[in-house]
Amino acid sequence: MPATAPTLSDTGAALFAILILLVPLAGAGLALINTGLGRSRSAAHLMMSSLCVVSVAALAYILCGFAWQGLAGQPAHVVTIGSKPWGWLGAGPLLLRHMTFGASPALLAALLGMLSAGLAGLIPLGAGADRWRVGACCASTALLAGWTYPLFAHWVWGGGWLAQLGTNYGIGQGFVDTGGASTIQAVGGLTALAIAWILGPRRGKYAHDGMPTAIPGHNAVFVLFGCLLALIGWWGLNSAGAILFNGAESGVAAIVAINSTLSAASAALAAALVTNTRFRKPDASLTANGWVGGLAASSGVCAFVLPIEAAIIGAIAGVLVTFSVEWFELRISVDDPGGSISAHAMGGLWGVLAVGIFGNVPARALGAAGQAVARPGQWLAQLAGIATLIGFVLPLTYGLNWLLNRVYPQRVPAEGERQGLDLYELGAGAYPEFVTHGDEFTER
Amino acid sequence: MKILGFMLLLSGWAIVLTALALLKQDVPRAAFVLAGLGVEIVGLTLVIRAHLVRRGEHE
Repeated sequence: MPATAPTLSDTGAALFAILILLVPLAGAGLALINTGLGRSRSAAHLMMSSLCVVSVAALAYILCGFAWQGLAGQPAHVVTIGSKPWGWLGAGPLLLRHMTFGASPALLAALLGMLSAGLAGLIPLGAGADRWRVGACCASTALLAGWTYPLFAHWVWGGGWLAQLGTNYGIGQGFVDTGGASTIQAVGGLTALAIAWILGPRRGKYAHDGMPTAIPGHNAVFVLFGCLLALIGWWGLNSAGAILFNGAESGVAAIVAINSTLSAASAALAAALVTNTRFRKPDASLTANGWVGGLAASSGVCAFVLPIEAAIIGAIAGVLVTFSVEWFELRISVDDPGGSISAHAMGGLWGVLAVGIFGNVPARALGAAGQAVARPGQWLAQLAGIATLIGFVLPLTYGLNWLLNRVYPQRVPAEGERQGLDLYELGAGAYPEFVTHGDEFTER
Repeated sequence: MKILGFMLLLSGWAIVLTALALLKQDVPRAAFVLAGLGVEIVGLTLVIRAHLVRRGEHE
């Protein structure tokens, strides 16, 4: 995609700023979903962790993240391989020094990146719910927002080597990701997988024979309201990404919002249909996970497909997420209370692949501003991105969190899990007027 | 098994990078990218199995 610095008109910059300001609603939605799918005895802890994660992500990203992510056309560390430049890391100044404090694309990109890093940081919270210490959440988020996210985002959005596959080797338009299906959703989802592996399952989740025990979420209303809130944030996220990183015109926001909504809607309906067929009743938490999976998938393709294609992509995401949740829990013993891995990692990876299958890049999004003729091989560029996420980002984020766990244990002690993290780490519960039942504290 | 799995993940990615950088023709390049992904899937399977063994640790 564009290897030159993006430009925005005054009107475009104003619209762009408004779109970015919707993004925190996606974070609020995810925080509510994660909290609702966790236990009541850890509800305040999860919301507190969400707030801390967003705060740490903002600081870490502005401290060094944006400098390393960079923006197309800005200074970067480049390795030349066979006379082709491979951008691998941004080389901007730390702490936004030397930044023009007007409505410059770089400053808007920094704002979007700061919020996106926070969003990526919220995703692992769902997988680590009920057992992840708040201090460890913060430290892990600092690594994610300060290094893992900016590194991959530079490759995709900062004019790095994945984005350059088109200009360097004629592979499609290079790796394309409209609103963060890879950079935010898949990176956050794979980090969630690493966290779930490192923390291990909650006490009592798996019996001695390996069969999982159902630990239902404590507030379906939080979960479903969070889904609706997240939709608004996703409109902003996807539209802003399409304009800034994919060179789309401001008017693309409408079709992006339509496609994002259709994708989420068909994903939720597909998940409800699948669970209704299998269990005779639609499952609220899996439907919510399907909705989020549809949103995550839409982030990849929403600027490059027709509405009917967005609906098909969403429906596939809904079915994929539903079976993925069961596969992770039942088959490979990954305890992910919030369904974060399935919704964000699987949904995001599917969204990235869908660009190669359904996407018409760049004709539909870029319109008259399209700067290049369509090249074949977009699917190969998307596969290269998926290979990078699985083959590099997953080992990287696992390794960083494994090292962190060695110096600062991330899981609360058994006593903390029995008490609930609200009491153990915060000293007060989310619902102090509720009667606490003694059997809740009985070890299974 | 876990370390071997992660090594295979990185090896698969290295195959993909090498294919993109060195191969000019579409078919061999695509074949090697798919081969790299195949190696990654083997590595991921090993990592998953390594964590399966630890099941029950937190009962």
